[in-house]
Amino acid sequence: MQIALSVKDLTKQFGDFTAVKDLTFDVEDGKFFSILGPSGCGKTTLLRMIAGFYKPTAGSIEIQGKDMLGMEPNKRPVNLVFQNLALFPMMNVYENIAFGLKRKGEKGPGVEKKIKDMLERVGLPDSGSKKISQLSGGQKQRIAIARCLVLEPTVLLLDEPLGALDAKLREHMKVELKKLQLKVGTTFVYITHDQSEAMVMSDHVAVMNAGHFEQLDSPQNLYSNPASSFVAQFVGNNNKFGVDLKKDESGKFFASAANGGLYTLSDSFNLTDNESFDMFVRPEAIMINPVNPKPNFNVINADVKAILFDGGNSRLLVTPEKSDQEIIVGLPQNRQFDYIKAKDAIKIGWDPEAAVCFNKTEDQIYADEI
Amino acid sequence: MQTKSKKRKIRWSFIIFFIPVALWLLLLIVLPHLELLRISLTSSSAKGFTLANYAAFFKEPIYWLTFVRTALYSILVTVIVLVVSLPVAFYITKVSKIKTQGLLMVLILVPFWVSEMIRVYGWMILLRESGVINAIMLKLGLFHKPIEMLYNDATMIMGLVYTSMLFMIVPIIGVMGSLDDSLIEAAHDLGAKKTAIWKEIIIPYCMPGIMSGSIIVFMLVLGSYLTPKLMGGKNALWFTEQIYNQMIVYFNWEQGSAFGFSCYYFLL
Repeated sequence: MQIALSVKDLTKQFGDFTAVKDLTFDVEDGKFFSILGPSGCGKTTLLRMIAGFYKPTAGSIEIQGKDMLGMEPNKRPVNLVFQNLALFPMMNVYENIAFGLKRKGEKGPGVEKKIKDMLERVGLPDSGSKKISQLSGGQKQRIAIARCLVLEPTVLLLDEPLGALDAKLREHMKVELKKLQLKVGTTFVYITHDQSEAMVMSDHVAVMNAGHFEQLDSPQNLYSNPASSFVAQFVGNNNKFGVDLKKDESGKFFASAANGGLYTLSDSFNLTDNESFDMFVRPEAIMINPVNPKPNFNVINADVKAILFDGGNSRLLVTPEKSDQEIIVGLPQNRQFDYIKAKDAIKIGWDPEAAVCFNKTEDQIYADEI
Repeated sequence: MQTKSKKRKIRWSFIIFFIPVALWLLLLIVLPHLELLRISLTSSSAKGFTLANYAAFFKEPIYWLTFVRTALYSILVTVIVLVVSLPVAFYITKVSKIKTQGLLMVLILVPFWVSEMIRVYGWMILLRESGVINAIMLKLGLFHKPIEMLYNDATMIMGLVYTSMLFMIVPIIGVMGSLDDSLIEAAHDLGAKKTAIWKEIIIPYCMPGIMSGSIIVFMLVLGSYLTPKLMGGKNALWFTEQIYNQMIVYFNWEQGSAFGFSCYYFLL
């Protein structure tokens, strides 16, 4: 597979602040690559360096093997879809898309045909003469992408383009974008803070935190095998237990929680003294009142504090006995658990395989998030 | 009953606010204009209405040549002011930091706190034969004898540009401030060079500001009296001077009014 974008040891400093630290990664041709991170993690800086708006402090950026160092944004074979789309309000849709072609010096009926084809591809064939202010949010989105794609860039960069849309349209555009990318086959580099956007659309996702990549993997691996405490907390929902790790005579590892609970683990660790750990278990990996659990299953008694009904995404808020910790448990809406009411005592359990442990960190992604 | 009294209330408030405006318009603008129009159509020597004063404007080349000269120079000044103001406005709104923006605006505004006359005299102190610039140039040995820099068209145009620049910069800054930086970046990203960005993005976007600024500057320059009189010298006649001469020097109010209205028609 050909490499479309190759970044080596890329660093960017603003004064004393290092926004991007020694990043190295490759993006294969035709892939949908996402960079996922909380705001302020440096992902926009990275994207702007690739587009050419910022000069890297150190490192190199290659696009299809060509070094981009010192090249102006208007000369690079990449185009950027801006967060606020930046469509030109004084031009109509046709002129917006023609803008880049005109700059390349293309003229005549070829231009018209290209624009017509592109409008058809994004599903807005008759909107050439419309003003930008007449378009809806989703249509603007597609025109902004069409305006870039018509130039046939090697890499299309997208800077959180779905951020301004309402939830329903965002869900719809996620699928649209993925379909569009499959259709045109252009390499997409997409940055977002929304883990669902990144996972639904991407072939590969890099989770970025404080200027470096925590993990670069497929969405499935990212979700099931997080490489760090940060990834475990940032990608998807997770329950966090502060625990101490212990090893028994047979070499098996256990996590002991503050309330006296002892949980089996499947991984092995290099333990040193005085280390505290966090154990993560996903809400949907926790079973309610498990029937005939496997022998090594972790089963605890808990009280239902509240039922958080949210359709297919419903959850239970429970507290384990002798503890005030809150655990979120997935509540499947298949009528199996309709009998559960608030303040009921239930059992919850999970497979040791589903739990991961990392050294305790001070990472707090959003202060009030569970 | 209630609706009626409510209606009356609205009427009253409307009238209270409308009367000062109407009086101002009627007494200070409409009536004097009508009177000037009447005067311009009469003659001191003959009774009844006549177009002789307007005919004189076209018959005497010095009159209409001065008029054409004034109009062309006004257009030239407007263009120069626009060319100078665009980069200044761009620097203030897009390049400088927010803190310095305020300072720069104040720097542009401060000279306009003193009257036009004082500012023009300031220029005269700098430029005249025994002025500051000549003195410095002589000291440095760049000039061998003092050069008269006042009383020519170039100096007059410079003076007019200087006195009217604020009225172009302020409306352009207003519009340019709302221009999203990402539009400029997007144009750059889509392959535009600097000239194309100015031509295709910044100037079309700022057109409302450019239009209102140009109209204000053009009217100010066309109607300005002090700057051309003081800096323009003896043979650089400005049309406002013609009107002044007719009305005050020759006491020919009829002719002066006709000139004034010619100017007015031209603007319309």
